[in-house]
Amino acid sequence: MTANDFWAEGEPVFDKAAPDGPVETRWERRKFSAKLVNPANRRKLTVIVVGTGLAGGSAAATLAEAGYRVKSYCYQDSPRRAHSIAAQGGINAAKNYRNDGDSVYRLFYDTVKGGDFRARESNVYRLAQVSVNIIDQCVAQGVPFAREYGGLLDNRSFGGTQVSRTFYARGQTGQQLLLGAYQALERQIGLGNVEMNARHEMLELIIVDGKARGIVVRDMVTGEITTEFADAVVLASGGYGNVFFLSTNAKGCNVTASWRAHRKGALFANPCYTQIHPTCIPESGSHQSKLTLMSESLRNDGRVWVPKKAADCPKPAGSIAEEDRDYYLERIYPSFGNLVPRDIASRAAKNVCDEGRGVGPGGLGVYLDFADAIKRLGRKAVEAKYGNLFEMYERITGEDPYETPMRIYPAVHYTMGGLWVDYDLQSTVPGLFVVGEANFSDHGANRLGASALMQGLADGYFVLPNTISNYLAAGPFKKVTESDEAVVEARKQVEDRIEKFLSIDGDRTVDSFHRELGQIMWEYCGMERTEEGLTKAIGLIRALKEEFWTRVKVPGKGEELNQNLEKAGRVADFIELGELMCIDALHRRESCGGHFRAESQTPDGEALRHDDQFSYAAAWEYFGADGKPVLHKEDLNFEYVHPSTRSYK
Amino acid sequence: MDIKVRVWRQAGPSAAGKMVTYDVKGISPDASFLEMIDVLNETLILGGDDPIAFDHDCREGICGACSMVINGVAHGPEKATTTCQLHMRKFSDGDVIDVEPWRAAAFPVIKDLVVDRSAFDKIIQAGGYITAPTGTAPDAHATPVPKKDADAAFEAATCIGCGACVAACPNGSSMLFTAAKIAHLGLMPQGQPERDSRVIDMLQAQDDAGFGGCTNAGECTTVCPKGIPLSLIGRLNSDYRKAITTR
Repeated sequence: MTANDFWAEGEPVFDKAAPDGPVETRWERRKFSAKLVNPANRRKLTVIVVGTGLAGGSAAATLAEAGYRVKSYCYQDSPRRAHSIAAQGGINAAKNYRNDGDSVYRLFYDTVKGGDFRARESNVYRLAQVSVNIIDQCVAQGVPFAREYGGLLDNRSFGGTQVSRTFYARGQTGQQLLLGAYQALERQIGLGNVEMNARHEMLELIIVDGKARGIVVRDMVTGEITTEFADAVVLASGGYGNVFFLSTNAKGCNVTASWRAHRKGALFANPCYTQIHPTCIPESGSHQSKLTLMSESLRNDGRVWVPKKAADCPKPAGSIAEEDRDYYLERIYPSFGNLVPRDIASRAAKNVCDEGRGVGPGGLGVYLDFADAIKRLGRKAVEAKYGNLFEMYERITGEDPYETPMRIYPAVHYTMGGLWVDYDLQSTVPGLFVVGEANFSDHGANRLGASALMQGLADGYFVLPNTISNYLAAGPFKKVTESDEAVVEARKQVEDRIEKFLSIDGDRTVDSFHRELGQIMWEYCGMERTEEGLTKAIGLIRALKEEFWTRVKVPGKGEELNQNLEKAGRVADFIELGELMCIDALHRRESCGGHFRAESQTPDGEALRHDDQFSYAAAWEYFGADGKPVLHKEDLNFEYVHPSTRSYK
Repeated sequence: MDIKVRVWRQAGPSAAGKMVTYDVKGISPDASFLEMIDVLNETLILGGDDPIAFDHDCREGICGACSMVINGVAHGPEKATTTCQLHMRKFSDGDVIDVEPWRAAAFPVIKDLVVDRSAFDKIIQAGGYITAPTGTAPDAHATPVPKKDADAAFEAATCIGCGACVAACPNGSSMLFTAAKIAHLGLMPQGQPERDSRVIDMLQAQDDAGFGGCTNAGECTTVCPKGIPLSLIGRLNSDYRKAITTR
């Protein structure tokens, strides 16, 4: 495979904002060198924030507290419903409250290693540093974290680590953290410092004189299209896991804000880095609209197994004798056991199912068994720890996990790729900042559990508010008006697209295209990838795109609440993104993090990374619908955590 | 399973609405209630009809977006369950199921089953928070919270703001929602400085938003998908009495 077939290679990309010197002081020095905006000038500056999850909600609230004028947008009916709310397990912080040898350096080390050496050391170190402040901030806001009897905060451990550094609020940590950020945001809305626009969707980015200066939005209730201006734009629009149709994401999660920005010049980095979560409830039928994750914290006490013999798979779990069970994670990875990182656990599950030893419908499931934990701790203690998760499982499957083991299977969960940003979280479009899951930084090729909440809040509360001032210090920028050529053009692009969707009047629904795209992506660009499969997928996606634009049927009008019109725009962008994901996966001829390239494995079937060839972030530039994307490489340098083979054995 | 659904159809806020009957055939008992409507909508679209608009997002019972009154009960027949977590196995083959939007003066219908719940955000804006600007926090362990209080605060904090309590209340009152927030924040030491002003301001905002008064009908807690107890309203009332007398 050569670059010429599907992509072209361009100049490397550099992170010019990154400080050097000792990693421990880089963030302090960057903050000190950043220009400040005096309080009287802040109120003259406006920032648009798209998305109200942990990253966007905390950023909007913090920027407003600092005195900037903020316009906030979300597609939901209230900022409180952003999908961060569904995160179950917890949030990491290097507090070392357990005296178990944890430190900022160890969290940094674990995260770089866990990401398979495909993240930047500077960013990850900063993340570990501010993790400590995040917990303080959230506690001050009244987030009801789990407590010990003495009144101090409780901790638990999570996959991929050997210390207890995860703070949690039962199985609803994301909800509680999000409510904290949401309440801080609502306070600023009440004070008049934030203009909140719920049920509004960003459909285009406005760039004037080379700078991001606004967005085109659709009021999802009236259908009205408006243009909104600001001195800087922040995207906090989340991940794109819904490209797979079935994922653990909320149904509305989409890539449109990021993709529109990509088409306007922002580089998109590592699009193929998808995290497959090992502990999801398996699919039950063709009606399935999404998958539900069971918190990874369950693996602290649950034991994963399948029958040793394929013939035993259809039998009830309870009738399979102890010696006929294969606790495969404990067997293959004795030092980490059931707590191996997500990519390892996911692939191990896929392997045993591929061997024909999977359980449940279609043989796509493994057991997560709490019988030992119930025997050891008592049912009451297990209930206290995981009660709501057990209930949720029973609701969905109709099976009681206290009596029979849960069935789990890997599912698409999180996307580590996203818009390329520098150390200041600024994209390649000046004035366009990207935070949280929407950017590509910090997690590398795989994300450790309880790190997503940490990154969202780190970016929103502490990083962006400090770095964006350096950019805003040059503002206020020249006034943008409706009649500016770039504004007229962006608006027209949105209107034309909507008109096109409504005029095709074909014979296939938007969902049917989305489902088909998802099947292609899961089959060829999921956990395991091959050169042949990816090449095939690109052809299939191109054909699907053509069919979409000739056969899709979108009922209704533009000037009304029209949920199918909303979906059509998002699916059209997912189709284009899907193609880029496959191209990125094709070019990365190594097994790394969340993905396994079948051509690159060790003799015993473990993932084989190629640091000599692929130790870079792949940042893609858009070159038109029929043009080839151009690859810009950002070399990754490891001065502190030296790339080594990850072994959890 | 084959069922009939009678769904409230209303083209817009000022349009007249009516119940319309649809047949849904061959639906899996493992499908969720919302997935059943997805399947129905696919048929409606291909048949040239307008699909049913409804709010939903996470589909795992936590975002609070889904909002349907099913056979007269907010979120349907299963206790402590959101509509997205209600599965068709809870119904029987041949059932006729009524589906309506939340109905309350403070939640105007936007289209079909979609209602405007922004009045809840207004209540939070009035004081449903602890004033703790970013960067001002002491070390998290500087303020111990007794486990009992933290657990009780957590129970109250599990409210997802779906609005079922309002939809079920004969007065269209949002008292359970407000009480949950008052209890969550008031049970922790961090929430004490603003405890009095919070309850006064949130109750005022609740009245201003057009919610009805609480008469202890108790319907709210019966339908609450998170099991927020009625006792929290008692707690709110006592906080309120204390706040107005000490003000």
